[in-house]
Amino acid sequence: MMLSIKDLHASIDGKEILKGLNLDIKPGEVHAIMGPNGAGKSTLGYVLSGRDGYQADSGTAQFNGADLFDLEVEERAQAGLFLAFQYPVEIPGVSNMEFMKESVNAIREKRGDDPLSASDFLKKAKEACKQVDLPLAFLKRGVNEGFSGGEKKRNEIMQMILLEPKLCILDESDSGLDVDALQVVANGVNSQRDGKRSFIVVTHYQRLLDYIEPDYVHILADGKIVKSGDASLAKEVEKTGYAWLGAKAEEADA
Amino acid sequence: MSEQIEQAIARKYDAGFVSEVESDTFAVGLDESVIRRISAMKNEPEWMLEWRLKAYRSWLKMDEPDWAHVDYPKIDFQSISYYSAPKSMKDKPKSLDEVDPELLRTYEKLGIPLHEQEMLAGVAVDAVFDSVSVVTTFRAKLEEAGVIFCPISEAIQKYPDLVKKYLGTVVPQRDNYFAALNSAVFTDGSFVYIPKGTRCPMELSTYFRINELNTGQFERTLIVAEEGSYVSYLEGCTAPQRDENQLHAAVVELVAMDDSEIKYSTVQNWYPGDENGKGGIYNFVTKRGLAETNAKISWTQVETGSAITWKYPSCILKGDNSVGEFYSVALTRGRQQADTGTKMIHMGKNTRSTIISKGISAGHSSNAYRGLVRMGPNADGARNFTECDSLLIGDKCGAHTFPYIESRNPSAIVEHEATTSKVSDDQLFLCRQRGLDPEKAVSMIVNGFCKEVFKELPMEFAVEAGKLLEISLEGSVG
Repeated sequence: MMLSIKDLHASIDGKEILKGLNLDIKPGEVHAIMGPNGAGKSTLGYVLSGRDGYQADSGTAQFNGADLFDLEVEERAQAGLFLAFQYPVEIPGVSNMEFMKESVNAIREKRGDDPLSASDFLKKAKEACKQVDLPLAFLKRGVNEGFSGGEKKRNEIMQMILLEPKLCILDESDSGLDVDALQVVANGVNSQRDGKRSFIVVTHYQRLLDYIEPDYVHILADGKIVKSGDASLAKEVEKTGYAWLGAKAEEADA
Repeated sequence: MSEQIEQAIARKYDAGFVSEVESDTFAVGLDESVIRRISAMKNEPEWMLEWRLKAYRSWLKMDEPDWAHVDYPKIDFQSISYYSAPKSMKDKPKSLDEVDPELLRTYEKLGIPLHEQEMLAGVAVDAVFDSVSVVTTFRAKLEEAGVIFCPISEAIQKYPDLVKKYLGTVVPQRDNYFAALNSAVFTDGSFVYIPKGTRCPMELSTYFRINELNTGQFERTLIVAEEGSYVSYLEGCTAPQRDENQLHAAVVELVAMDDSEIKYSTVQNWYPGDENGKGGIYNFVTKRGLAETNAKISWTQVETGSAITWKYPSCILKGDNSVGEFYSVALTRGRQQADTGTKMIHMGKNTRSTIISKGISAGHSSNAYRGLVRMGPNADGARNFTECDSLLIGDKCGAHTFPYIESRNPSAIVEHEATTSKVSDDQLFLCRQRGLDPEKAVSMIVNGFCKEVFKELPMEFAVEAGKLLEISLEGSVG
């Protein structure tokens, strides 16, 4: 098992958001998590990656045999957990290139690999840039500095490609994208599906799943997974919305 | 996050060691006899002594300025020793082999090997230890080009006409309280003379080290660039870690004749005091350059040390088309206080100035930018651009901006931009999620913020400055 979440409870500012979530992910699988606003979708990504203020109250998460909640944020990243942000932040003056080189080499160091030389890294970075259809000039620009919404999302996918993580969590990587950009993001993700790498694709809408075909779809409502199925479940949601989930979900949506 | 950032900026001062060197140190206290003794120790001609005494008498009538945004107990000028020199320097060693190995080790420990073959190629160093210059490297090579680079005490003896002609012309003896004190008691510093049409073949640098307890360091530097010449000069400064405050009151004068260029860079890392504000250097410095027609003066400073920094490297743009630049990074943490900036005095026509100031405040520190841009009545077509950015780390520090703009010429253009930002939770989380530890993350964010200034430093020192910020921000993350 790549990731095994058991009875996860988490609250933010004293309000319980995740209320006993269970999820098992095997290597190579793509799991989509859908659900109404406020169901706890983004919270799940933050709790797993260890953002301050998003600690688990109870429950466990085993990640390749290690207890995820025992690890610092950077240790989780070094162990192969990657989060593509919904709203990537800017870091002025630090070039994308510099940022990614430091990150890649920090992770390589933990794995016992030699750091990449500047020229080797540049080669990889140029390839990744092409894959997400960003001009090479983006490598020299400050991290997300002055990027459009779509450029930021593509930049996240570029980072994912360079860091070669084991588990990728995509937090609404489709929000705010037009169809072309959506296609680019999806292609980037699909290029990284190698049968070993796993994905959690968090999305509000079904349309991203037209491009990234999931093995499983889970509906998250009121802090729990209320229904799981295959890709057809997403289509069903598209047709019927989340109303069928009942009063509880309506409440969470409000 | 704030906790992680707090830890990441916890202080560690690498240059805080004390060298075991036997010194001749004056008893504390200041009166005319002390000034006579300093002058005698330096074997100075009569005119120099008279110049000092005149400054001293002026100083006695002046008041310590209190307009800066800094707070410190009144300095007791009678509790300071005004001269200290290693005993071994008394015999004036003629070569490195004769210099006390302990002194050489001190500089080695600081990353400044003084043996020419071990040094950074292309950089000549004057090493000043307390009140004397220990050694100046590559002098022969510089002499070939006609460049004079020597301790100012030696210049007073060997080139009295040059010193007499320029000393005090840019910063007059009575300029301000600390400049007057310096004029009375200055001990050593560097003298640089670049002849007409000469491009100085190497970077010149002076490394100031305070070692002895309870002494003040009063450095005096004078750089003269003749017509059409060019020089790049860098100074570095460190001091041992001590509970007592020590005073460093320097004066630097730059004279840039027609069509010449002087690039002056500072990496200031005096002991900043501990996290509670105990100890540290009081750094009260007057730096000013005079630019004649088509001349250019560029100040770049990276200020990470000192308990108190009071420093405004300035340009008097006297000649038409002259250019002044000021690029500054000032980092304060713990209880450090900095009040620093520049003055750009536009006198000539079409004079131009650029000011880029980056203030970083962390801990309980206070960081102020103070700048004056003055467009004189004859400064037709003059232009200034000022950018003033503050970065706050944590929520207990302060950043202040005091820009003064005076324009007496309707055709002059003055632009001022200012921003304040914080190292945010989001930035830190993004970095850590990409596998970087919090120390590396904060240091990367801060370095990014300073990039515009670092690119102005000579290559060798840009790397050094980046590392210095890293060391300054380093701490034990538990």
